[in-house]
Amino acid sequence: MVTRFVQPEFRVKIDADRCHKCGRCVQQCGWGVYTFAEHPIPDHGACRACHRCVTYCPAQAITIEKSPLAFRENPHWPTSVRKDVWRQAETAGVLLTGMGNDQPYLNIFDHLVLDACQVTNPSIDPLREPMELRTYLGGRPDRVEVSTGAEGFVLKGGAGLDTNVRLDTPIVFAPMSYGSVSLNVHRSLARAARRCGILMNTGEGGMHADLYPYQDNVIVQVASGRFGVDPEYLNRGVAVEIKVGQGAKPGIGGHLPGEKADREIATTRMIPQGSDAISPAPHHDIYSIEDLRQLIYSIKETTGYKPVGVKIAAVHNVAAIASGIVRAGADYVYLDGFRGGTGAAPQVIRDHVGIPIEVAVAVVDQRLRDEGIRHWASIIAAGSVRSSADLAKVIALGADAAAIGSAALLALGCHLCQGCHTGSCSWGIATHKPELVRRLDPEWGAERLTNLVTAWSNELKEILGALGVNAIESLRGSRERLRTLGLDAQTSEILGVKPAGL
Amino acid sequence: MTTALVGGLDTGSIGAAALLDQVGDVTTIDCRGLHYRALNEAIRSAVVEGARTVHLLNVNGQRYIGTGLRGGDLRLEVYGTPGQAVAMFMDGPTVEIHGNAQDGVGNTMNAGEVVVRGSAGDVLGYGMRRGRIFVEGDVGYRAGIHMKAHDGCRPLIVCGGKARDYFGEYMAGGLLVLLGMNSGLDGPVVGSHVGTGMHGGEIFVRGELEAWQCGDEVRPMLATEPETEALGVVLGDYCDVFGLDLAEVLSLPFTRIGPAGCRPYAGLYTYV
Amino acid sequence: MTLHPLRGKRPAYREEAPYKIHGGCGLMGICDESGALMGAEVAIRAMAAQHDRGNGLGGGFAGYGIYPELPDHTCLHVMYHDEQARAEAEGMIGSAFCVEHAEPIPTRPVEGIIDPPLVWRYFVTPDERRLVEVGVPADDMVVRIVMGINSGVDGAFVASSGKNMGAFKGVGYPEEIADFFRLEEYQGHTWLGHHRFPTNTPGWWGGAHPFALLDWSVVHNGELSSYGINRRYLEQFGYRCTLGTDTEVAAYLFDLLLRRHELPLKVACGALASPLWSDIDRRSEPERELAQALRVVYGSAMLNGPFALVLGFNGGMVALNDRIKLRPLVAARQGSLLMVASEESVLREVLDAPDLVWSPKAGEPLIARVAGLPWPITGDRDEGSTTAEVTAW
Repeated sequence: MVTRFVQPEFRVKIDADRCHKCGRCVQQCGWGVYTFAEHPIPDHGACRACHRCVTYCPAQAITIEKSPLAFRENPHWPTSVRKDVWRQAETAGVLLTGMGNDQPYLNIFDHLVLDACQVTNPSIDPLREPMELRTYLGGRPDRVEVSTGAEGFVLKGGAGLDTNVRLDTPIVFAPMSYGSVSLNVHRSLARAARRCGILMNTGEGGMHADLYPYQDNVIVQVASGRFGVDPEYLNRGVAVEIKVGQGAKPGIGGHLPGEKADREIATTRMIPQGSDAISPAPHHDIYSIEDLRQLIYSIKETTGYKPVGVKIAAVHNVAAIASGIVRAGADYVYLDGFRGGTGAAPQVIRDHVGIPIEVAVAVVDQRLRDEGIRHWASIIAAGSVRSSADLAKVIALGADAAAIGSAALLALGCHLCQGCHTGSCSWGIATHKPELVRRLDPEWGAERLTNLVTAWSNELKEILGALGVNAIESLRGSRERLRTLGLDAQTSEILGVKPAGL
Repeated sequence: MTTALVGGLDTGSIGAAALLDQVGDVTTIDCRGLHYRALNEAIRSAVVEGARTVHLLNVNGQRYIGTGLRGGDLRLEVYGTPGQAVAMFMDGPTVEIHGNAQDGVGNTMNAGEVVVRGSAGDVLGYGMRRGRIFVEGDVGYRAGIHMKAHDGCRPLIVCGGKARDYFGEYMAGGLLVLLGMNSGLDGPVVGSHVGTGMHGGEIFVRGELEAWQCGDEVRPMLATEPETEALGVVLGDYCDVFGLDLAEVLSLPFTRIGPAGCRPYAGLYTYV
Repeated sequence: MTLHPLRGKRPAYREEAPYKIHGGCGLMGICDESGALMGAEVAIRAMAAQHDRGNGLGGGFAGYGIYPELPDHTCLHVMYHDEQARAEAEGMIGSAFCVEHAEPIPTRPVEGIIDPPLVWRYFVTPDERRLVEVGVPADDMVVRIVMGINSGVDGAFVASSGKNMGAFKGVGYPEEIADFFRLEEYQGHTWLGHHRFPTNTPGWWGGAHPFALLDWSVVHNGELSSYGINRRYLEQFGYRCTLGTDTEVAAYLFDLLLRRHELPLKVACGALASPLWSDIDRRSEPERELAQALRVVYGSAMLNGPFALVLGFNGGMVALNDRIKLRPLVAARQGSLLMVASEESVLREVLDAPDLVWSPKAGEPLIARVAGLPWPITGDRDEGSTTAEVTAW
């Protein structure tokens, strides 16, 4: 009885006239698409359209097409949904996938537009005049106190700003565990963070020793699985982040399939090699908000009061939760929207749970202001910030900085084929197979990431210049500089943004 | 003839308001209480009547004096503090100001000369294309911004005192000189962001500059002997106008600021 | 020259407030540091000399020392669309204060001032019992009532709420406004003046400068691009920005930083017109640490965008430019007089023989201090200096 109903999604086409028969495609494909018998022979079903072979074919002889297999049209039953049912009937399995929510929900960023100055106010030229992007993350007092010194005014008592971390531009690299991504990805992120004056985040897989030289640009994460967490680890980072959840899979823990738990990872995570590293859904010492406070302060006590942040998925009650987190002593709140990426997550959770980051930032920022505590913590926004436009918009909505994960991986060669969970990433990103991992040279990776951050920073300066401000703090939280276009009135109101024309 | 007083400034006709004095091709106008429209109209009428020199007495705050005026043989002598935008779009005449000038002197000036026996405000010589502006004292922010040279014409600005930030911003051509000798200001000769965005022309500052004072697109270097000599030729007239000793002016070394390239932002963009 | 555009039915104040009205224009400030009183005529002449900087849709003045008979009473200048608004507002005023004296502000009809609101003034002292009940100091009570009237009473707004001072403003050229309010009958040691060029029509009386709260009054030339976040920052502290003009935030930010946070004046100016990071990084300690802390803590208060502003208060005035000097500001000294204005010629119109004329540096405050009056800025305790370092042409 034939049980394989899922036909290949893609079709590999090789132009025989151009093909050199060099076999490069066979070697490059991580999914095992190609065999070779005088010429490459593709197994279409294994192809994920990651374009590794297309990119590396010296004759540009390969293209990938969508399979022309026709289905009877039925918008209520898209082909992808039919395939899901077939897979589950075949395997009884929870559908597991990678990267971020790909469903066609409304993208609010694409319905927000930015202001510019005309006549009544001058725009500023970002090329020739200073444009300041420097950002500090952390809590701050509501006022500054000064005393009169011998030569002028002196700040009293450091103003409690030692727990602030400086970013040269309001971008950080999102947490991606060593395990979900390769060590070379971590090395690339660390170097780029150092060069750009920003931060990377270890994610929940612990911190490999190769990152120690860059620890001043690293946030160490403590997740429910407590992988790789010991006092030395906590003290290495410039800040500690408690991961309560992530946008791609709110309510459930991290998931590293056993295929991806090689010896190095096992050592770093302090688990047996080859075992599935599935983090518990909650931290088993945080069952209520006061427990969070306890965890936060235990970390502070261990680290001499380094800044401690808390990462949560954006869910319905995110404003109240964030308020609780801030009152529990967090120095920053990391909000991960429902478009956030992941190395592996159940598809049903990834695609149907959580709320957009635009809304989350807006309501958290407003709620903290209403309570008069917005300055107690910074807000980092993620999930997915795709461009400098999204970056500017999310800052205008109230975020102090944005974290980029998917965009960072794209910079390193990812093509969003959503195959991360298989551990066979042809680009050497979401894998630990040595022959694949070595494809990503950390120096090259660092340069790519630095280029991306540089380009977005320069674009952000252009945007600020057009807005007539020369410092990012004058855009931060200024909803006045945004308007909605084609959004319903209620969502506009929730965002605190007027519709275009008003 | 009575004229309506609006806001204290007379917008009435010239005949009733201004005191005209005409001797040969020299006309004198008392500008006290005169609105700028009447004043500038009076200048134009005088020129039409044959005046080649116009003395403007008791000027205070009237705008656009010399604006759009054409003719290399015309001369305006301004006594008092003229208002914004003196000699804007001016094309040929000479304007001498006996007092301080305000903002926007020589804006997009096409040709001619402006002499300020005092200080000038912000945005001096914006987009200037030819001609000369000589200021005896200090200038404010953004002096010489976006000066241009073309067809062998080279605008010149010389300031005898100190300048504030953004000196020579966006410069595309011409010569901008700062002496720092006749100043009422404390602090360094020039502020920060000197020559930011510069892609043509030359700036000379008497004395030395620190690296942080200059924009990213320029290179400050000590002026060479031939450069200083050439500068001396240019400054000769300036010294004559204000009674300075050229030798003393050249007694301190000058810093020359020039663009590092003519396409400073070429590497910034990637084409889609 | 037409002075006023045609106006249709005047909308109620509340509807106008959500529309952002741009500032423009010209300003002046003059202070006799000896404390001698000057007639308002100096201010009126200075504003008339800047006639072309406005468009007749807004003008105003603030004077200090103008009510010597009742110097310790808070004087509320309130404008009303109609009698109903007045009744409602007076109810609020009566609930919090003992009203010593209430009367319409004397005015005269002026050609060109069409449909003026009712203008009243109230000399009040706090109701001590009410203060104890509510549990706030007297100044905060005044702020509450002002915010309450501005945001809660349709058709009413408070133009000023200080002691021995008052703001006189509205839709018209400043000379006309001065005429309307019979300003020539007042004498003060410090005067602020302003001229608007609003780009929303119609101008409305509440949107003119100066913006005043308690003894503070602000006139401002330029536009605050940071208005959106400045306003949200202030809302955290109970201020409500309802008058539709960005300058309003400047007045409230000074109140917050100077009165409630008790920052010294120069430090507060350093927070509102913060230096660039490149300048801060070059400073030596402890200046660098303080400058950095100010930016980090008060980043949302930073005024970004072009501005020249003058802050008046009982005891002196401060003039300040944005940190890259996008708006003009010139100062002059003549004897005990210190004067600032948007153009030098304005100074020369009023001062016949100034001792010194100069342009203040971007981001550095110019401070005038009236002798014999207590310095109201608690953060300055033993601040001895008067003007900032004077640099002259």
